[in-house]
This record gives sequence, C-alpha cells and structure tokens, in this order.
Amino acid sequence: MIATQPTREMKVTDPYFKHFERFEKTRSTDGPGWLFPMRKAGLMRFAETGFPTLRDEDWRYTNVAPLASLPFKPVFDSASGFPEARSIRPWPLAQSIGCRLVFVNGCLSPDLSLIPDRNGGVKIKNLKAALREDPDFLHAHFSRYAGNGDNSFAALNTAFFQDGAFIHAPAGSGLTEPILLVFLSTATDGGNTSHPRNLIIAEKGSRLAVFECYYSVNDAVYFTNAVTEVVVGDAARLEHGKFQDESSAAFHMASMHAHLADRCDFRSHSVATGARLSRNNIRIKLDGEGSDCILNGLYLTKGDQLCDHHMIVEHAKPHCNSHEYFNGILDGRSRGVFHGRIFVRPEAQKTDAKQTNKNLLLSDDAAANTKPQLEIYADDVKCTHGATVGQLNDESIFYLRARGIPLETARRMLIHAFAGEIIERIQCESVRNELDRLIWERLEQNPQVAAK
Amino acid sequence: MSTATETIEGFVSKEYKYGFFTEVETESAPPGLNEEIIQLISTKKNEPDFLLEWRLKAYHHWLTMREPNWAKVKYPPVDYQKIIYYSAPKRKGTGPASLEEVDPKLLETYEKLGIPLKERERLAGVAVDAVFDSVSVGTTFKEQLAAKGIIFCSFTDAVQEHPELVKKYLGTVVPYTDNFYAALNSAVFSDGSFCYIPKGVRCPMELSTYFRINAANTGQFERTLIIADEGSYVSYLEGCTAPMRDENQLHAAVVELLALDRAEIKYSTVQNWYPGDENGRGGIYNFVTKRGMAKGAHSKISWTQVETGSAITWKYPSVVLQGDNSVGEFYSVALTNNYQQADTGTKMVHVGRNSRSTIVSKGISAGHGQNSYRGLVKILKGASNARNFSQCDSLLLGNKCGAHTFPYIEVKNTSSKVEHEATTSKIGEDQIFYCNQRGLSTQDAVNMIVNGYCKEVFKQLPMEFAVEAQKLLGVSLEGSVG
Repeated sequence: MIATQPTREMKVTDPYFKHFERFEKTRSTDGPGWLFPMRKAGLMRFAETGFPTLRDEDWRYTNVAPLASLPFKPVFDSASGFPEARSIRPWPLAQSIGCRLVFVNGCLSPDLSLIPDRNGGVKIKNLKAALREDPDFLHAHFSRYAGNGDNSFAALNTAFFQDGAFIHAPAGSGLTEPILLVFLSTATDGGNTSHPRNLIIAEKGSRLAVFECYYSVNDAVYFTNAVTEVVVGDAARLEHGKFQDESSAAFHMASMHAHLADRCDFRSHSVATGARLSRNNIRIKLDGEGSDCILNGLYLTKGDQLCDHHMIVEHAKPHCNSHEYFNGILDGRSRGVFHGRIFVRPEAQKTDAKQTNKNLLLSDDAAANTKPQLEIYADDVKCTHGATVGQLNDESIFYLRARGIPLETARRMLIHAFAGEIIERIQCESVRNELDRLIWERLEQNPQVAAK
Repeated sequence: MSTATETIEGFVSKEYKYGFFTEVETESAPPGLNEEIIQLISTKKNEPDFLLEWRLKAYHHWLTMREPNWAKVKYPPVDYQKIIYYSAPKRKGTGPASLEEVDPKLLETYEKLGIPLKERERLAGVAVDAVFDSVSVGTTFKEQLAAKGIIFCSFTDAVQEHPELVKKYLGTVVPYTDNFYAALNSAVFSDGSFCYIPKGVRCPMELSTYFRINAANTGQFERTLIIADEGSYVSYLEGCTAPMRDENQLHAAVVELLALDRAEIKYSTVQNWYPGDENGRGGIYNFVTKRGMAKGAHSKISWTQVETGSAITWKYPSVVLQGDNSVGEFYSVALTNNYQQADTGTKMVHVGRNSRSTIVSKGISAGHGQNSYRGLVKILKGASNARNFSQCDSLLLGNKCGAHTFPYIEVKNTSSKVEHEATTSKIGEDQIFYCNQRGLSTQDAVNMIVNGYCKEVFKQLPMEFAVEAQKLLGVSLEGSVG
C-alpha cells in the first residue's frame, strides 16, 4: 500500500511535468530572475502532494477525481479567445463599474479593459507588466502569503500562472469607485486550464474596493485555478469580493490569502452560483492588533453542483474581531460544503470571533456537509460558532400566513431574505444592487422557490 | 496570591489517590503480539472455536491497518510488540470463581478503591463486576439478578454459559474491521462484562463494572456487550483506575450496546485512569471504541461520560439511530490538566424516521491540557423529520492550554433539522471577585463555577456517581488556579 501510492500519484502529475518543461523552454526568460525558481518550487510541491483525495481531512467531502482525470491543457497563447470574448453578452456588474481589467483565459485583454485616468494614486495594472516594471517591489510580496505548503492547487498556480491583476494603493491613497476584475473563459474543448494570479496591496491608511468576477462563454469542461493574495496595511480599509458564475460544467479552484496589519478593516464576500465543482480556500491571518475582518458568503447550487468553502482565520495578535457568515441554498442533487476554522494563537488575547453557516435544502436529494471548527490556545477570548441545516422554519411561515400572506409568497419572502442577509453586507452600493438583482432573478428562475 | 501558591504546593504533594500497586502473584503471557499469543489467550479461557477464529480474523485484519493519526493528540509511537496482552492474578482451582475463592488481597484492593465486594458491605443497589488486569475477579448480586432473568457476568463466563448469545451479538455493533484499536481489541480482548436484559424487564439495580489496571507493561483490552431486549431498561456504570507509573500503558476497550424495540440503555462512565504526573510523564493511553445501536423503534441509548483521567483520551461513544422514533443522547464533561490531551466527542447517525439526538459537551482545559471535541452528526436520506441539537462549550483555565471544537455535520434530508452551537470562554474575573467578596477562596470559587458549568451533565449521572464526579473534578482542578 505504501509502495503503490506515490507511483500512482506520479502518473497523475506526469503530464504537468511535461508541460512545465515546454513552458520552461519558452518562458524562462520572462519576468525577473527570482520568479523562475519560485515556479519550479511550486511544481515540485504539486508533484510531491499530488491531487488531494477524500482521505485528506481537508478534502473529505470534495472529490477532485474528475478534475484529476481531465487532460491538462494550460493556455499559453495569450491572444486566443479574444475575438469570441468581444462578441458575448454584457456581463453582470460590468456596466455599472467603470474601472476594470478583463482577462480572457488568464491573459489580459487590453481592448476590453478600462482604466480611468484619475484613480486617486492607485496603481492598477496586470501582473505581467508589474513584474516587468517593478520586480523588486513585487519580490517583497509575491507568493509570500499563499506559499506552497497549504494546498497543491496554489502551488500549481505558482508554477503555471500567466497573468492577473496587480493593484497597489500607496499609503493614504484611495479610490471610491470599485475596481472590477473580470476573468473570462472562452474554452471550447475539455481540459483548458487558466491560472489567474492576483496581488492586491493596500498600504497604510488607504481605501480600496476590488471585485473579482468569473464568467464563461461556452459550456465547456474547463478548469480555472485562481490565486489572490491580499495585503492590508495599518488602518487600511479594503473590501474584496468574488462572484463566481462559471459554466455549469467547469471546475473552479480558488485561493485567497489575506494578511492583515494593525487596525485595518477587511471585508471579503464570496458569491458562488456556477461551476460543477468549486472550491474556495480562504486564509486570513490577523497579524496586527485591533483589526476587524468580515467574511461573508452565499452559495446557490442546483443540479450536480458541489460548492465548497474552506476557511482558516488565524488570530495571531490580540484585540481582533473576525466574523464569518455563510449561507447556502441547495437544490437538485447539489452539495454544499463548508469548513471554517478559527485558530487563536496563545498571544491573541481578547479575540472576538464568530462563525455561522446556515444551509437551506430545497430538495430531498441535496446535501450539506459542514465543519465549523474552533482551535483555541488563548484563554481570554470570546469564540462562538453555529451551524444549521434544514428547511424553512415552520414558525416563520406560520407568522407570515397568520398575517394574510399566502404560503407561496411567504416561502419566497423567506428564501429571498435568507440570501438577502448576506448580500446586504456588501458595502459598495453599485455592486450590492447589481448582485441583489442578479440573485433575485436566479432564485425566481428556480421553480422550487415558488412551488409547493 | 499566597493562597494560590499553597494550593499549588498542596496539589504537587498530593498524589493520585488510586495510584497504589497491589502485590499479587500473576501469570502473564510474554510481551508481543502474534497468533500464538492469541491462541494462548483463547486456550486459557477455554473458548469455543468460533471465538478463536474470530480473534484470528481480527488479528489478520489489524495487520493491514494503520494507526489513526487524524486526532488532535501527540504521543510517541506505541510499540505493540512490547505490550503484555494477557495478565491475570493466579487463581486457585479452575472454573468461574465465586467471590469466596477470590484472593483476599484483591478484595482489599477493591475496598481501598471504595468498591467493596464482600457480602455485607456491598453497595446497596449496585451490582458490580470487578475486572483486574485481564480478568474479572468477581460479580456481585448475580443470583438476585438471575431471578429476574437478567444475565450479568464477566465476558469469560458468558462465553462458557451463553455461547449462543455471544455468537449472535458479538461484533454486530462494532465489527472487528471498524478501526485500528477495535481490531486490536477483537484479537486480544481478555474479559469485560456481559449483560442481557430479557423482554419487558426493568433492571432493579444499577449494573456496574470497575476496571483496574495493576500489572506493569500490560495493556488492558476489555470488551463489554449489553443487550436490552424489547421493552427493557438498564442503567450501567463504568469506573476505572490504574497505578502511577512513569511509562505509558495502553487501554483499548470496545463497548457494544444494542437496544431493541422500546428498550432503553443508559451508560455512564467516570473515567479516572492515571493521568500522568505534572510533567506529563506516564499515564494511560485511553483508545476506546464505544457504540450503541438503537435498533428497535422507540429505543433509546444515552451516554454520559466524565473524563478526568488518562494521559490521552481518544474516544467517541456513538449511537446509530436505526429504529424509527429512536433517541440518542450524549452528555460529556472532559477535563484536561497538566499535560493531558483529550480528543473526544460522539457520532450520531440518523437512519430511522423521527429519530432525535442531543449532544451536550463541556470541555475544561487547565495547565498545558489540550481538549478537543470532535463529533459527527449524520442524517441519512431516509431519516425524515430527524432532529439534532448539539451544544459544545469549552472553558479555558490559564493561558497555556487549548480548547478545540471539530464538529462534522452531514445532512441528506430536507425535513430534518440540525443545530450546532459552540462557545469558548474563561471564568470571568468579576465572577471570581464576587465569590472572593463573599469569603470563598479562589480555588473554591473556581470549583464552584466549574461544577455549575458541568451541572447539565452531572444531573444525568446516577446519584452516587454524580457526587463522586463532582469531587473528582474538584481534585483534578486543584492547583490549576494561580
């Protein structure tokens, strides 16, 4: 048993090596000198750990076997797919937000992107350009937070990433308008893989709002493997959001690593409606005193979808608050997976951490798996978590019906409110309104919401 | 804080009350595990062939398994070839021992532990099966129970007297393939208690087993099997202690409960194995598999545990709620002090319709203790209207300890309802101040607050045990305030 396992994994990761060799020949001159060893370390790490299996505690509810058996076709040709991208319908959020970077299959499309001239001193560009223009500054931050140890998908991204967004708000700068990052897939055949890589740095006292959106043109079986690193400096305010609406056949793996300094205010939203299998690894390190962190999430799944949120919030310093709110509405044979861990180090006294996960099952075949965990080494802390799985509360329905509201309307009201309590926490008004409308429509499309 | 210093000194000098060792002549197997040892145990116990075959199957399966490493406990690897798998006090004569024939030294041991086995001093209303290392030394009130048709005896006697029942039920709740320690236990288990409550009988007294590890370098592997037939009721208690030693000893037990239609089993444990000294040396590794099968409709299984001992606890008393309208309960207080580690919790698997389960877990960590709750609530597709409520609270005393909660919730049915709540907190300075003001010492105040915190669980224990558990908690906490 011990002898056979590594060889089996080697087979799975073999094609990745071949691609990397090809990639090595053509691309090793790209980017600063420190980058290539980093990529290589990423590949080695990926080869070492291979794809996770259900035996891995962190993946026990999420089977990535169908992804592992997919042919691996990283997209290297940056111009491919641009023509199709231009012809597609207007994407949600894009009309209301004037500042955007658009990436097609992981590569920047300058035509579709729009950067206003006046942006309050905030640098907004693609990562490739930033690596060329300012390699020393990037060296100090790039891959420092995501690392390679945590999961093999982040390591794979480090090995193969092409491009992504680089947003840098210097001390005291600020932008009231949100910045939109659109990641579009035009893949038509199975296995196309893009590796978007984003780096967001908000320095001391700055203000930023960044929203990532993942869309597709076709219903192909492609794979998006994204990594976003976020650095929040002292007293900075950053709102980060992610709207994942990939094709229903796609695989989506994403990691978000945030590092928080003193007295900052960080909010991160994750709204997931797409992909056949999606996984969001969210890692927050509260490494300064007096910071506030809100993680907020909503997942709507149907059919055979599986949506997994996996969070670790690490309290390393005292006097920080972290709050997690995740709601899921599950229909069809879909599954919602939630793993949240609050990790409080011995020195992080006076921590106030809270975690809630609520799941609404609309169908008898849907299932929810939730693991809200606390790991606490400090004694003067307030940590709570709660999780519920079930159907709509009979008493709430009765309350509404007693006030003359018909059953169907009452059910609709409660389901919309269940989603609404998450959307409500988005501060940026234009994004909130648009997502609210979008989620409302999605729910209305579902016959389950109004039926019964 | 002079008072605090005094209590700490008092605690250090205070020895684990049950840490003595009894000099008795023993006969034991050589250390190590192989087919011969298993054959030896089986021959010693004059077992029928089916049991030996079962043991060997379990052994071969065990060889293919690896030690579980997912629990949040750290310990040096156990060398399974260095353990003595069978050790028993020498017996005069053969056959099942009556209490009159038991070595007076053993009776003294139990008396010292507060469990008198002699006729006139017996605890009123509690029938005791006393297990010493690998064997049962005696069972009280056997005849009175037999009059009602209740079988309560050591496992060895059950194998001789009721092989058909053993054959029918052994391994039905915890198969030998279940996990590493269950497989090990199935291969080498030496004794334990067996209990059968016939249809419609309400057991008139508490049944209890008292486990004592005495010999050095031995492991204790007992197996308990309780069957409650239709409409019956039984309340069962389990207690345990061991001598103080610098090396770690392994205890890997299996408990199987089976409740048929409308039967109820209440299983209470006060676990007080030697926890190791204040530097974390020695202590028992307590790797136990406990599971109840609420097989019949309207059946009920309730686990109550007070875990204060053991260097390491790895224990998840579970209930499979198979019958419609069946009920599962789990009440736990787990305390870790000094360098103790506990990874404990429960599993509630809902299969039947309208099945209900309640989980109340109270963890207390002091010193360098690490205390984890790990629990699974699983609602299968057919378990319509299943209901679960879980509450896990952790209390931290001091800043070097840790408290962790790892719940797993898997729901596959829309009409079911699952709720989980957890909190972590410490005793407030204002609470201590309030008590100090009223003339209570800090230590007394902590004891009082902790006992209040655990009350919800203690009230589930039978009377005598509740008092003992409260005292035990007080002793185990001493010195943790400073």
